[in-house]
Amino acid sequence: MAYKNFILVCGGTGCESSRSDEIYKNLIKEAEALGVSRDVQVVKTGCFGFCEKGPIVKVLPSESFYVEVKPEDAHEIIAEQVIKGREVARLLYRKDKKSETTKLEDIEFYQKQFRIVLRNCGVINPESIDEYIARTGYQALEKALFEMTPEEIIAEVKASGLRGRGGAGFPTGMKWEAARKSPGDIKYIVCNADEGDPGAYMDRSTIEGDPHSILEAMVIAGRAVGANFGYIYIRAEYPLAIERLKIAIQQAKDYGLLGKDILGSGFDFDIEIRLGAGAFVCGEETALLQSIEGKRGMPRPKPPFPAIKGLWGKPTVINNVETLANVPVVLTRGAAWFSSIGTEKSKGTKVFALTGKINNSGLIEVPMGTTLREIIFDIGGGIRNGKKFKGVQTGGPSGGIIVEKDLDSPISYESLTALGSMMGSGGMIVMDEDDCVVDISKFYMAFCVDESCGKCAPCRIGTKQMHGLLDKISKGQGEEADLAKLEQIGKAMTKAALCMLGGSAANPTLSTIRHFRDEYLEHIHDKKCRAGKCKDLVVYEIDPTKCIGCGLCARRCPVPCITGEKKKPHVIDGSKCIKCGECFAACKFGAVVKR
Amino acid sequence: MAKMTLDQLRALRAQKQGELEKRNVEGKDIQVIVGMGTCGIAAGAKQTFDAIVAALEKHNMAGRVVVRQTGCMGLCYVEPTVEVVMPDMPPVIYGKMTSDVAEELVVKHLVEHSLLDSHIFDRPAIDIVKH
Repeated sequence: MAYKNFILVCGGTGCESSRSDEIYKNLIKEAEALGVSRDVQVVKTGCFGFCEKGPIVKVLPSESFYVEVKPEDAHEIIAEQVIKGREVARLLYRKDKKSETTKLEDIEFYQKQFRIVLRNCGVINPESIDEYIARTGYQALEKALFEMTPEEIIAEVKASGLRGRGGAGFPTGMKWEAARKSPGDIKYIVCNADEGDPGAYMDRSTIEGDPHSILEAMVIAGRAVGANFGYIYIRAEYPLAIERLKIAIQQAKDYGLLGKDILGSGFDFDIEIRLGAGAFVCGEETALLQSIEGKRGMPRPKPPFPAIKGLWGKPTVINNVETLANVPVVLTRGAAWFSSIGTEKSKGTKVFALTGKINNSGLIEVPMGTTLREIIFDIGGGIRNGKKFKGVQTGGPSGGIIVEKDLDSPISYESLTALGSMMGSGGMIVMDEDDCVVDISKFYMAFCVDESCGKCAPCRIGTKQMHGLLDKISKGQGEEADLAKLEQIGKAMTKAALCMLGGSAANPTLSTIRHFRDEYLEHIHDKKCRAGKCKDLVVYEIDPTKCIGCGLCARRCPVPCITGEKKKPHVIDGSKCIKCGECFAACKFGAVVKR
Repeated sequence: MAKMTLDQLRALRAQKQGELEKRNVEGKDIQVIVGMGTCGIAAGAKQTFDAIVAALEKHNMAGRVVVRQTGCMGLCYVEPTVEVVMPDMPPVIYGKMTSDVAEELVVKHLVEHSLLDSHIFDRPAIDIVKH
């Protein structure tokens, strides 16, 4: 017995609340009533990520994609599709009312995602060079070696509009051109895989899923700028990515795609891996170069830019993993195709690591110009547990918080900077009403204090001072004047710090003060943290009318500071309480209250 | 393989492309593909991989099935993820495929040709290499 059709009913939270369960049951009922329950299997699935058009029903193998389905539609779907083999036209998704109903693959914007960088991730075996080659791998290299001059490669990359995906967004083609024109017999290509922001794992996943795309791009870059040697600088904390890179490099060498006289073209290129010790500052390009040279990783003033004077004083191109992963596609599909995706100034796609208080956390890739609302509420499936959205942090400790009212602005390098945040490498942390802005700012500032290399005073002293002020506010000892001080130091750091670590360290604090000044003032004047995250301002108490005296909280308390007789209301001794929240989490009767 | 020339690379690509399209690897017509990025492995993908291999042996399916690994499919919230590609069935991505449901997957999908309820997820985007 084999089923002829499969009906998938979305069981995501969004669709669930719009009666998908009823649809599911009706479909099964109808299939039985019409005597076709042996021909069709009805199953529930995870979120399709198209929630505003939910509930969604998809029929396989025809790939019919039905939106805004109602429980009453079950009969028609079974009667038409399963029995007569005809799609129910009125339920099919259309981009707009006028357009013809289209098949799933043709609807570019269905699912909202578009995978260029992640084209092979989750598709090929990353440890098989043959599978990479089968999916047009090393085809761009063929072009670069045999059909194009270095100038033509650079012109193509420039025309594509590809910009650095590490955060700053410098045009990749211009970087390559500067290095090509820079005099010198020895030049280098460096891949920056020192991904260090909290919550970011785009580069790790790209390398783990498709290491050859990076190697291919580096050889192409080498050919374009006239370099014969490349380094991949990757953190030692990424063992699996390193392992797969090593395998890939060996395979490419065995096939003659790395090494001397690649494919008989006469062009030589070799790649070595350099492991970083996990210092955040080594993601800054000049510090990274120092680290490769075996020195302590500290930035130096620019100019001269690495394209002029880089590794061991030689012209060096440094590109981020994601930037490089785009390069083979730019050459195989062409600059015109690539530049048709995205916005006017930001071309192509961006990979984001979507984390935090979101239903569908994951690694996503969207065309530039997608709005944050689409990312968070459609792809991400909204906020966990039905809580209220508070803000989203892009760019990690270098970025700022973006709030509800700005969610509809399309993502581009410029738009995010205008909102007081930045593209950054692509970490995206979603926060809900239970997150405290003071606590978050303090966390990021503590990270910057730890990671500041100490070379320049604005960053070394500024981060420390700002952290001290934030700590004071979080403990309820702040004054209103502290906010002005934070802004003053923050602005000074932004202007005067040597590199972007210090130059952007104040962003989380400054943007939260701008959007949530009232919450800062609440901490200062009312000694209150509404999210209950700032431990010193939280008081735990037991509501005697609700407490049944089960004693569970007392057993969980690590101090212990909860006392009481069996089956009688218990009491918390506030002077001993360390505010760990164990009792709050343990109580099944809502008797422990946080104030 | 020894170092290749341009023509050899092109011939290899054509050959491998054909194999990939026929979905016929090593003479086996069913593929079970396990997402093995750091995220998948942390969620137990290695145990899932082993459990699938064991279940295939137990149900005499091993001769038809190749179990492969791949990188992150992007569905971090439902790791481990497993894709099943086989004749007469639509290709399906399963999430939350911990080792304890591996045998159920083999029995339901591969042996009985039906889908495993509540574990199905969607491929997040179209494949630009094919389209």
